[in-house]
Amino acid sequence: MDFKQIKANLKKDFTGFKKIRVAILADSSTQYLAQAIRGIGYEKKLDIEVWESEYDAIDLTIADGQSELYSFKTDFTFIFLSSHKLKKKFYKTGSDKGFADNTITYLKNITSTISSHVKTNFLVFNFPNELDTVFGNFSGKVNNSFSYQQKKINLELMHWAQADAAISVIDLCGLQARTGIAYIDSRLYISSDAIFSLDFTIEVANNCVQVIDAFSGNAKKCLILDLDNTLWGGIIGDDGMENIQIGDLGIGKVFTEIQLWAKALKERGIILAVCSKNDEANAREPFEKHPDMILHNDDITVFVANWSNKHDNIKYIQSVLNIGLDSMVFIDDNPFERNMVRTYLPEVTVPELPEDPADYLVYLNTLNLFETNAYTEEDKDRTQLYKAEALRNDASRSYTSETDFLKSLNMTSEVKPFDTFTIPRVAQLTQRSNQFNLRTKRYTEEDIKQISGEHNKYQAFSFTLADKYGSHGLIGVIMLEKRDNKTLFVDAWIMSCRVLKRGMEQFMLNEIMQYANEHKFERITGEYIETKKNGMVKHHYRNLGFKADNGLWSIDTANFQQKEVYIEKSNK
Amino acid sequence: MGTTEILNECNKIFIDQLDNESIILKRETTAADVEEWDSLTHIQLIVAIEKFFKLRFTTAEIQGFKNVGEMCDAIEKKLNSK
Repeated sequence: MDFKQIKANLKKDFTGFKKIRVAILADSSTQYLAQAIRGIGYEKKLDIEVWESEYDAIDLTIADGQSELYSFKTDFTFIFLSSHKLKKKFYKTGSDKGFADNTITYLKNITSTISSHVKTNFLVFNFPNELDTVFGNFSGKVNNSFSYQQKKINLELMHWAQADAAISVIDLCGLQARTGIAYIDSRLYISSDAIFSLDFTIEVANNCVQVIDAFSGNAKKCLILDLDNTLWGGIIGDDGMENIQIGDLGIGKVFTEIQLWAKALKERGIILAVCSKNDEANAREPFEKHPDMILHNDDITVFVANWSNKHDNIKYIQSVLNIGLDSMVFIDDNPFERNMVRTYLPEVTVPELPEDPADYLVYLNTLNLFETNAYTEEDKDRTQLYKAEALRNDASRSYTSETDFLKSLNMTSEVKPFDTFTIPRVAQLTQRSNQFNLRTKRYTEEDIKQISGEHNKYQAFSFTLADKYGSHGLIGVIMLEKRDNKTLFVDAWIMSCRVLKRGMEQFMLNEIMQYANEHKFERITGEYIETKKNGMVKHHYRNLGFKADNGLWSIDTANFQQKEVYIEKSNK
Repeated sequence: MGTTEILNECNKIFIDQLDNESIILKRETTAADVEEWDSLTHIQLIVAIEKFFKLRFTTAEIQGFKNVGEMCDAIEKKLNSK
């Protein structure tokens, strides 16, 4: 994408796109960046409205209680101090060894001042590295060199982000290293005080949009891999297991590294699937026996090797996992297969690959395919969760009645208000769930913390589900708003699609009705807000016995009959 | 590349970058004559011209062109000294 395309996008119709408000606070001119963010947002169907602070007036802007920054109701606030100005300040203030700490304190003051006026996510740019121009390489031995202080700031930014859920770091430093392009155009700096070259501005904007997109619930969840010449060199069916290139054989190194990447993604919570045109026994053999394979059978949640079309197989994988096609990435060395999948399943992300396999991973790394805005305990176990699900599916086929099957599962659910341990996962569910989500309101961890503290206004429940095959973890969230002393309004009702058809929604209803009864509420009302993805809960309230009521759904607590469920409430 | 040719190539770049088919550049054309040519798009045009002719303007040049003619002269001078 170049600036011309960005400009062209700005003139296009954004109607129907998700609206997102972004504020940029910077000490340099950001007009190009602002245009690029909006223009690139178009490609992701995001209607990003960008508000820029007066040029180089961060302190004045935030001190002014009447500032547009506060009435703009920004979802994301980018804080971008340039390394140019940072360096100037460092030398002007006499190369102070407390410089990094002071800079972090300054940034923290900015965010806390803004937070006292408006609730927003902060995305703080870090600072590109450079060779120290005063001490040279010796700078590493000197604690008041610019190079040391600047790197210390970058590290402290990460510590801050790890401790504060509202703070995220935009890794300008990593982006600069990856693109390797001249990121500064000194002519732009002198003539308009914009720091970055136009080319780098586009990279930065692209990166910012990826982050916004991940925050908006569009993170990728599954990586589907071809095998021959994608996970190993050569063709297993022709070459045999001894001759495929992996490890030290041929260009095996390349494939070993691709596997290491896939494995690390799996540990982070990305589901791995295999989709290959092969006989299954041949395809599985390396996973079971080859000593140099990094990936093993355990790592692959769905393994499909047959001679059918890849798009049919990917549809099958999607149906097993029950996740959106748009959350899947498919990697295949064969251009024909890539194009077939793109044609039949345009929602799936199918990266083009370079001609030389040695460049595969280098290229894939430039795409930042798996940007995320959360990482929780549940993510690490996701592969296990989906594997248990496959066992359950097998078991369900051996029962003729659904009730018998549900009884056989010995399901238990823990129900409790949000606490410090569950808040990150609750926030993640509100951000990532698209299908079983009645109103699709997204909440940050900060929002959730606030809601769980407002006992006179909200009552919130989290639900786990476990059965004899294992735990699903925290899979359900209901937030009730106390609209008046008779009515509870369902602000959020979200459930993971992993636990459909278990009677979980009936169980959740029983729980909130019991709460309503005990606290003398007369009714619970709910609302369904239609999106492109939540069609499955269109009749949710009707199915549970709610009655239509002026665009909302309502159910009275009097005479409510507990729904029959096979889930036991646990209080561990 | 001759003077006319340089002007023609610049004209194409202006049309392309500013997405306006009706732009006709003359040597005496200034930013005031082309609606979309402002301080922001100026940089976009400069970068596109630099990429096309594979050259680089100085800061003083970028800030100092009085009209299209001066810009074309600078391009010609740089091409000839290559």
